[in-house]
Amino acid sequence: MHVIRRDPAGILIASLLAMLILGTLAAVAWQARGLSGLGLWDWRAVRFTLWQAVVSAALSALLAIPVARALARRRFPGRAALVTLLGAPFILPVIVAIMGLISVFGRNGAINDGLRFLGLPEISIYGWQGVILAHVFFNLPLSVRLILQGWQAIPAERFRLAESLGFTPADISRHLERPMLRSVLPGVWLAVFLVCLTSFTVALALGGGPSATTVELAIYQAFRFDFDLGRAAMLGLVQIGLSLAAMTLARWITIPAAFGAGLQETQGPQGPPGWRRGTDMLAILLATAFLLWPILSVTASGLPRIPLLPTEVWTAAARSVVMAICSAFLALLLGLTLALAIARGTGNPNAHWIEMAGMLPIIASPLVLGTGLFILLRGWFSIDAMALPVTVAINAIMALPFGLRALIPAARTLRSDYGWLADSLEMQGLARLRYLTLPRLARPLGFAGGLAAALAMGDLGVITLFATDQPTLPLKLYQLMNSYRMADASACAVLLMAISFALFWLFDRGGRLA
Amino acid sequence: MKIRMIAAALLAATPAFAQDKPVLTVYAGDYIASEWGPGPKIEEGFEAFCDCDLEFVTGDILPRILMEGEGTDADIVFGLNTDVTARARASGLFAPHGQDISDLSLPVEWSDEIFLPYNWGETAFIYDETRLENPPASFDELLDAPDDLKIVIQDPRASISGLALLLWVKSVYGEDAPEAWAKLAPKVLTVTKGWSESYGMFTDGEADMVLSYTTSPAYHIEAEDDMTKHAAIFPEGHYFMAELAAQVKSTDQPELAQEFMDWILTPEFQRIIPLANWSMPAKLPREEWPEVMRDLPRPEKTLFYSEDEAEALRKPALDEWLRAFSQ
Repeated sequence: MHVIRRDPAGILIASLLAMLILGTLAAVAWQARGLSGLGLWDWRAVRFTLWQAVVSAALSALLAIPVARALARRRFPGRAALVTLLGAPFILPVIVAIMGLISVFGRNGAINDGLRFLGLPEISIYGWQGVILAHVFFNLPLSVRLILQGWQAIPAERFRLAESLGFTPADISRHLERPMLRSVLPGVWLAVFLVCLTSFTVALALGGGPSATTVELAIYQAFRFDFDLGRAAMLGLVQIGLSLAAMTLARWITIPAAFGAGLQETQGPQGPPGWRRGTDMLAILLATAFLLWPILSVTASGLPRIPLLPTEVWTAAARSVVMAICSAFLALLLGLTLALAIARGTGNPNAHWIEMAGMLPIIASPLVLGTGLFILLRGWFSIDAMALPVTVAINAIMALPFGLRALIPAARTLRSDYGWLADSLEMQGLARLRYLTLPRLARPLGFAGGLAAALAMGDLGVITLFATDQPTLPLKLYQLMNSYRMADASACAVLLMAISFALFWLFDRGGRLA
Repeated sequence: MKIRMIAAALLAATPAFAQDKPVLTVYAGDYIASEWGPGPKIEEGFEAFCDCDLEFVTGDILPRILMEGEGTDADIVFGLNTDVTARARASGLFAPHGQDISDLSLPVEWSDEIFLPYNWGETAFIYDETRLENPPASFDELLDAPDDLKIVIQDPRASISGLALLLWVKSVYGEDAPEAWAKLAPKVLTVTKGWSESYGMFTDGEADMVLSYTTSPAYHIEAEDDMTKHAAIFPEGHYFMAELAAQVKSTDQPELAQEFMDWILTPEFQRIIPLANWSMPAKLPREEWPEVMRDLPRPEKTLFYSEDEAEALRKPALDEWLRAFSQ
């Protein structure tokens, strides 16, 4: 009750989120006059989805360990910049990432060219391995970031104490690092697992065929090919069920909190000398090559043609930028309200439910969400007028779970450090927001806003359902491809990527300077 | 407020229209209405005489109009495909086109009174002669080619050209379609959602051949001066695909909608099609086709299932396909 009385806004937003996610699903089922049963191929899709999400998450988490450790214990020029750069794939528009991965790992890509030159057998990116490769590419940055935070959360004094006690690297690993990993890794795994569960575009391009169909893809097909909304809703329900089951089973697992709070430049531990310096450098080099090579490869092929792109592409780019910025501010408004409510109610069961509601969008099917909204709203508004606002809103909601990971811990710290003082001064309302909350939370707000803007910029999903004569940049990219203009499309991809990165950078930078 | 002003500024970038003119709302696939598709020329041509405003609304037209039912705003649906007309027809949302279709320039019989074809083409595998020196000369040869010949195709559950391939294989191999798929599957590099992803992989050199249309080389010849892309012509025949227009029964602009339908088969409209849609015109004497289209190699045989056959075959053929690709 305490929370409800004090946080009508937080409760309201959380309830709206739950209603939106479950209500759109119900709307799709209602339009179909009920749910339909699933066929053999649907269950295969469920099985593949689970399997690839388990494997992708495990690989992302395991591969991130050596990279995070190397970054945590080595100091070199440009280290902070590198940590930021390694985050890039997470906000890369999916279509651009796939182009990049194909240009490196594809049949005609650099790696196979090298293998052929050496007379070695070629590798194939198409099939389940391609889906997993792409998921690791997207989520390794997230995993490295989370684990790195874990490393940095070990107080430097302990490392100094260990040093003075003459600990070997193996002792340090046993007494300091492994306990930290044990507490952080399950959460990392869960976060990546949830992201991979609703994957759509990746499986479409790299899956190789129907044996690598994911549930989200099956939803698309049910919608598109069979026009079977009942099956689409059923699949959406299964997808949410899987995620909720995973989240419940893992209730004792908390997703590591300090996802976003940047890299504090503390004087961390110095890693052991000798051969371990070599392996650390190797881990960093390999991760850098894996994460940045595809991006550079796409850039190299598309960059020269950017100035030649027709005006309409630039108009669409401007429209997308405005939409992304609106999405970002909406995400911040929602995220901040939820985070403050959660921080105030720490330990209270209601706060737990608000937090769960805030995580819901990560497991919802964007296709079901879009279709459901279409069904719900079309009697009330002109679809063409609402296409862009709805897209803005959906993108804000989809980015919310990631933003919350950065905002919640910061809001908790703020509450414990300044909450009592502010209360005793009776600092409330706008004054508190302006002089305390916003300045203290500027950094995580900037980070969360940047993330939301970048993810919104690259989103194609929702707008294709809501027909519109005002195309966004990702839609323009598809139109170029559909008109045989592949060279222009790759230039458009580079433009899209550049704008996504620039938006993230601007918000993040703004937060740091504020 | 600020956001509204920016939105207004963005809206102003799209052509403004006079408010007193009646509006003809045309639902169309989004490539049609993009500036690289035939849409802008069609809009310009129609508005020149209709004293109206033609508005394209783009997106996934069939699912959308099926969901909207009679409450739809659409007056015309433009760009439906053969092979899915059964479901569109069953909705009862469309009115007869009222056109004389006795002498269309199609390679198949057409007697549909509701769906009016405005262009056509056939499925074909496209190759680049600089990368594939000995392309298969028949469908059989393609099936028997070594497995390192890599092709990309589209998913029949998500793409209309992928569905056409399903029916193409069925019409060539009939009962033996499962064996044909079993032979083809190892050569399939990947299956993409739509045509554009496949075609991009082909032009990037990822695949040797791509499932596309007999008319695809025309784009490369006309727009890029590139003579190296060809359609492999198979004596077994190629599967016919057309894009269709229909007027919506519940339209609030019946005269305008009829006027638009009347315009589709005129030479003025049909001349727009070849070089804007990169496909064959539905009613235009061959002498009036652009040279590049006239010179394209043509298959001797065109295969096509009637709407009912296609609808009946869709599920079993899909099942055969799924099985072959899940081995």
